[in-house]
Amino acid sequence: MPILRRSSHVAAPGWPEYLEQRASESRSALLSRYFAAGVPAADTPIGEVEMVALDLETTGLDTRRHAIVSVGAVPFTLARVRLAERRYWVVRPPRPLSSQSVIFHHITHSEVAEAPDLERILPELLELMAGRLAVVHFRHIERPFLDTAVKARLGEGLRFPVIDTMSLEARRHRLSPWARFRRWLRRPPVSIRLHDSRLRYGLPAYQGHHALIDALATAELLQAQIATHYRRETPIGELWS
Amino acid sequence: MDVELLEIRQHMAQFPPFDSLSDERLDDVAGHVEVSYFKAGTVILALDQEVHELCYIRSGAVEVYRRNGDLYNRLGEGDIFGQFSLLRNHRVRFPASALEDTLIYFIPEAVFRRLCEADEHFADFVELGRPRLEAAVEDQKKSNDMMITRVRKLLSRYPVMVEATTTVQEAARQIGAAQASAALVLDAVGEHPRYSFTDSEERAWEMCGILTDSDFRTRVVAEGLPPDTPVGQLVGKPPITIQSDESVHEAMLTMLRNNIHHLPVLYRRRPVGIVHLSDIIRYETHSSLYLVSNIFNQSSAAGLAKLEPDVRAAFVRMVEEGANSQMVGSALSTIGRSFTRRLLELAEQELGPPPVPYCFMANGSMARNEQSIVTDQDNALVLSDDFDPERHDAYFLALAQRVSDGLHACGYTYCKGGVMATNPKWRQPLSVWRDYFRDWIDDPTPERLLHSSIFFDLDSVYGEEDYVEQLQDLVAGKAAKSPLFLAAMARNALNRTPPLGFFRTFVMEKDGKHNNSINLKRRGTAPLIDLIRVHALACGSRAQNSFDRLDDIGNTQLLAPGVGDKLRYALELIAMSRIRHQVIDLQQDREPDNNIEPENVADSERHNLKDAFQALSNAQKFLKYRYPLPSRSR
Repeated sequence: MPILRRSSHVAAPGWPEYLEQRASESRSALLSRYFAAGVPAADTPIGEVEMVALDLETTGLDTRRHAIVSVGAVPFTLARVRLAERRYWVVRPPRPLSSQSVIFHHITHSEVAEAPDLERILPELLELMAGRLAVVHFRHIERPFLDTAVKARLGEGLRFPVIDTMSLEARRHRLSPWARFRRWLRRPPVSIRLHDSRLRYGLPAYQGHHALIDALATAELLQAQIATHYRRETPIGELWS
Repeated sequence: MDVELLEIRQHMAQFPPFDSLSDERLDDVAGHVEVSYFKAGTVILALDQEVHELCYIRSGAVEVYRRNGDLYNRLGEGDIFGQFSLLRNHRVRFPASALEDTLIYFIPEAVFRRLCEADEHFADFVELGRPRLEAAVEDQKKSNDMMITRVRKLLSRYPVMVEATTTVQEAARQIGAAQASAALVLDAVGEHPRYSFTDSEERAWEMCGILTDSDFRTRVVAEGLPPDTPVGQLVGKPPITIQSDESVHEAMLTMLRNNIHHLPVLYRRRPVGIVHLSDIIRYETHSSLYLVSNIFNQSSAAGLAKLEPDVRAAFVRMVEEGANSQMVGSALSTIGRSFTRRLLELAEQELGPPPVPYCFMANGSMARNEQSIVTDQDNALVLSDDFDPERHDAYFLALAQRVSDGLHACGYTYCKGGVMATNPKWRQPLSVWRDYFRDWIDDPTPERLLHSSIFFDLDSVYGEEDYVEQLQDLVAGKAAKSPLFLAAMARNALNRTPPLGFFRTFVMEKDGKHNNSINLKRRGTAPLIDLIRVHALACGSRAQNSFDRLDDIGNTQLLAPGVGDKLRYALELIAMSRIRHQVIDLQQDREPDNNIEPENVADSERHNLKDAFQALSNAQKFLKYRYPLPSRSR
């Protein structure tokens, strides 16, 4: 497995190669098909890329103790978020749902009780993701949770490149010289949460914590970020991680 | 209901035309939208680009342009655009750009078509053929009974008719037998051919008068006349009448204006009945009638001033009962005239009879019968040409002062521009008034006319009506023939413009400035009325009321077909909006004014107002072009 560079400033080389390699090695036909679809080369302009905004709702932040409850996905490009092709699944976590997360997610026990295991929706989810660059807000949820869940069910993990709209915000508001200066002044850091980030671009306030709405919100946020700070021609290698 | 799409459908459900869609249809729309973000300044729809989607503004603001690059409209959250292109050839006719950072929901054509087919309201809204402006006014009218009920509906029997040679005793017997309270007096055709008609037996008659219950008391018994007096001796002139297809409302106003209780109703020229005040009161439960009689019963200016709360209460009731702007405007004008007349009567009682005849003239909204609850007084005195300032002016100054002060106390504030009979310039004999009007029309400049245009709405309130009628004739005869005058009036009619856009919380001005309230009189009704006045003068109309003027204009080729109706709808809509907000002010114990704040305007009302402003703006552009300043060599 190639070593992936974590820095978000520098293009992470090797994602297409990594997917190609996994496609040939994978023993799961499902995963093999997904990896074979590949991702565009790092120098592809963002304006030409097919993307899918992903959002998972989980029972917590720890992949070992918590599980996925719902998955929202919306295919999009810089020009259009195609809501008609949206997908939304409620899935049954292996561990029972605490009442707190029920309130949090507006998902009821009975809904979860009737829901399928993640394995049942994996073929559809992977088909939707295949060939599309994933876009998430805060990649440290979506990627590790999917990785863990897939590993538990298919015996091997699922790793893939993502554009993380939160880290694009962090570049401006956490890592820039101005942000460091603010920190030095002990000013509170600018919030880079999904909702707060959207407001900076004049995007409407959506009600949070629904996987599909958050996926839509993430897609819109990326459109706004690119329109504001980047160009259609910006290579995806500068954006993904 | 599709819970996942709640966010989208709940937003759309707030705005027309989506607000009236069924849940199922709304889900269909929400489930198919495509979303795109546009940075401020970027193009959303380019001219002649092919389009297959309706655009819905989820957030931000959008500017729409004409082909030539002129700004056509500014749109905000919840507005739609692109429908005209979808309904026509799928080419963008009005290009659009983001004014602010904007999120657009694109609604695919297939969904748009489904909605147009399935939902009439939606189709009405988006189709050019039936602008929502008209539809809105029609809806208002439907709910308005008083205005559409014909006066003939109030008639229960044919009138009692007696020949002029009948004795008063016989006439009284016939009236009693019919359980009526009045009879029409007929004579052979003679003096007044206008009042002649043929009865069902092909006999020609002329209506020469009306004899009522009270006439028997005051003219027969009190005067000690013998029972065999012929009724022809008692009646003076043909009665005031009304056509059977006029509205009940019009009948009421006719009675109020003339202070009469019986009104003969004619079908063409033939009498078909007599309406009594009580017949109307049965229909008309609110008390503007009682209010007027109350005004005439007051014996002092102080007593009149105490009626102001009653006027406001009558106004609120009238609007709540569904009166339209014309009804409200003429009822309030009638009330205002009654105050003026009573004040003049009281002043004459105090000061003695006038040394020379005069006419008390109303100008502005009272002359147009379009008075509102927030109004100042505009009036003048037209005196007999026998007027001698040395000997007579002290009297008329005192008269004018009493009326003006009295009106002020009743809530009709002093005119800031000094258009009041107390101003010596506006207290002049008829010949001077003729010179004023000739001078304004023959030697006009926009500056000179700026302060005198109010006199081009003129009507008599009291006294020698004939004086003001002569002035009306003079204006109607001369104005149409003076392109220079019309051009100057047209120029002034463009001084006040409607706001371009209208957002949730602010008003967008042409120069891009935001305001948080809008004066509906200054920015809406007043410029519309100015504009209608110019066209009316151009076609020689003698009408004073804006709607009557539009009727006269409609009989000419001055305006393109349909434009007159658009202006009528726009005026009704803006006027009603102003009236409704004044009612809300009164109900919430605030002093009513002409301002509305956009956040207090319902979405459908806001959209309608935008359309009305657009109609006004278009009409103003035409006005400039229609009455150009002729080049003159001096």
